[in-house]
Amino acid sequence: MAIGLAHYLVVAAILFTLGIFGIFLNRKNVIIILMSIELMLLAVNINLVAFSTHLGDLVGQVFAMLVLTVAAAEAAIGLAILVVYFRNRGSIAVEDINLMKG
Amino acid sequence: MNQEFAASFVLVLPETFLAVAAMALLMLGVFRGEGSARLVSWLAIAALAVTALFLPLAAPGQAAAFGGLFVTDAFAVFMKILILLGTALALVMSIDFNDREQIAQFEYPVLFLFAAVGMMVMISASDLISLYIGLELQSLSLYVVAAFRRDAVKSTEAGLKYFVLGALSSGMLLYGASLIYGFSGATGFADIAEIMIGQAGDPPLGVIFGIVFMVAALAFKVSAAPFHMWTPDVYEGAPTPVTAFFSIAPKIAATALLVRVLIDPFGPLVNQWQQVVIAVAIASMLIGAFAAINQTNIKRLMAYSSIGHIGYALVGLAAGDETGVHGVLIYMAIYLFMNVAAFGVILCMRQQGRMVERIADLSGLSVTRPGIAAALAIAMFSMAGIPPLAGFFGKFYVFQAAIAAGLYTLAVIGVLTSVVAAFYYLRIVKLMYFDEPVEAFDRPAGRTLGIVITGSSLLILLFVVYMAPVVGWAGIAAAALFGG
Repeated sequence: MAIGLAHYLVVAAILFTLGIFGIFLNRKNVIIILMSIELMLLAVNINLVAFSTHLGDLVGQVFAMLVLTVAAAEAAIGLAILVVYFRNRGSIAVEDINLMKG
Repeated sequence: MNQEFAASFVLVLPETFLAVAAMALLMLGVFRGEGSARLVSWLAIAALAVTALFLPLAAPGQAAAFGGLFVTDAFAVFMKILILLGTALALVMSIDFNDREQIAQFEYPVLFLFAAVGMMVMISASDLISLYIGLELQSLSLYVVAAFRRDAVKSTEAGLKYFVLGALSSGMLLYGASLIYGFSGATGFADIAEIMIGQAGDPPLGVIFGIVFMVAALAFKVSAAPFHMWTPDVYEGAPTPVTAFFSIAPKIAATALLVRVLIDPFGPLVNQWQQVVIAVAIASMLIGAFAAINQTNIKRLMAYSSIGHIGYALVGLAAGDETGVHGVLIYMAIYLFMNVAAFGVILCMRQQGRMVERIADLSGLSVTRPGIAAALAIAMFSMAGIPPLAGFFGKFYVFQAAIAAGLYTLAVIGVLTSVVAAFYYLRIVKLMYFDEPVEAFDRPAGRTLGIVITGSSLLILLFVVYMAPVVGWAGIAAAALFGG
């Protein structure tokens, strides 16, 4: 069986959904949320590269490179905020992030 | 270097200047060390002013830079001036506050400048890639300023929540962008628009999914219901001047981006996205009106109030035509001054050297501080939409556009929710003017803050006087988006 565009899109869609569920269903640790965010961005990258090959157009791969770069910056800032939060609260459990009800 | 490439640099001159100024100020702050916060803040405000002067120079008409990644037109200039104004006013309001709360650091104005650069790129973006880069530059700076009071749990919690939900919305935006790229074959707004015109009757399903993802993600950024859940927490937890900034500049920038994305590449598909925008607008107006009633914290109240205001602005966008966008532009300009006035007063709420945030602390303000009470009353009457204050005209133009587009239900719901919202705005006025005074706020509130409050209240109060040029200018800006 030849692996076509649809297969890549399905894999990306599954990864993206896993990422979203990882953010909302996870009750344990904020680090897992950060990993879920990365998972979502990587799913997008699979999409972009698959479309780029399918269309024969390089823009999608350029976009994927930019997404990778920005994702690195985002992870750095997320971890920095997490460290500051941990210093104040002494915990990074998701259920402890409840000072304000929203 | 060819001619076109060189010409592109002239078009991005304001953004380039602001980015270079931000980096220069970062250097200045590093070399002067502690205690340079005040100097860097004032220089940052000066840099924003100079950038505003560059704007008309760089953009005589509609022009695209860097092969269509970036456009300058009257719409972009109008929105960018609002952004620069909002950022500068938020910085002015921050300076004394940060000194008193001992969080005055030079990184603060620098982060504001980077956020402003990101917002300007967002407004001018005409490609999915530049859109994403601008949005992320803005968001990454904002996550940090939300957690700026590093030693307070509330502020860092606000930063963390904002980061997680902001990153989620960026992911959704990207997923939508990837679908749009895949099913239309282009990332440039002009190219997408051309392809969409050809398929307006029967657009590919993937593109519609992509639009829905992008609208949801941008609804996160403008904090429209049902994607508003981060707003009250972040507004409450972040330091008050940061909250003021959040409620002004990023909202205006994200609204501008939403308008440009929906009108520019997806204008031909108005029937597809109109229902989504209508649903989001109705949900935001309802949440903004009803959830605010039970609030006791003034910053949370302002969060729900801003959700409601975004709902009213989206009513204009739902109309999907030039009158509708005209209404959105006027609404955002007025919204800026109403929020500056209200947050200016909130920044005055100090008792015995400590910030207070309960609504009840405003009781009897008209006796203890009549000037501030009058300013807040003007802001509240205007937000409630009582003529002849500015807020009335903002609502008038968006509802008028909705009715002209035949969206009667939407307009009726809008009017009804604004009546409900008037209840909690007027309750604050009642507290200030008819209840027994509690402990007076500390004096002095600061001269710069006084000037900002007085200025913005006067602008709200006298909107009728200078209305014609503002409305006319917004009309030119809206026409630019529709290729007029």
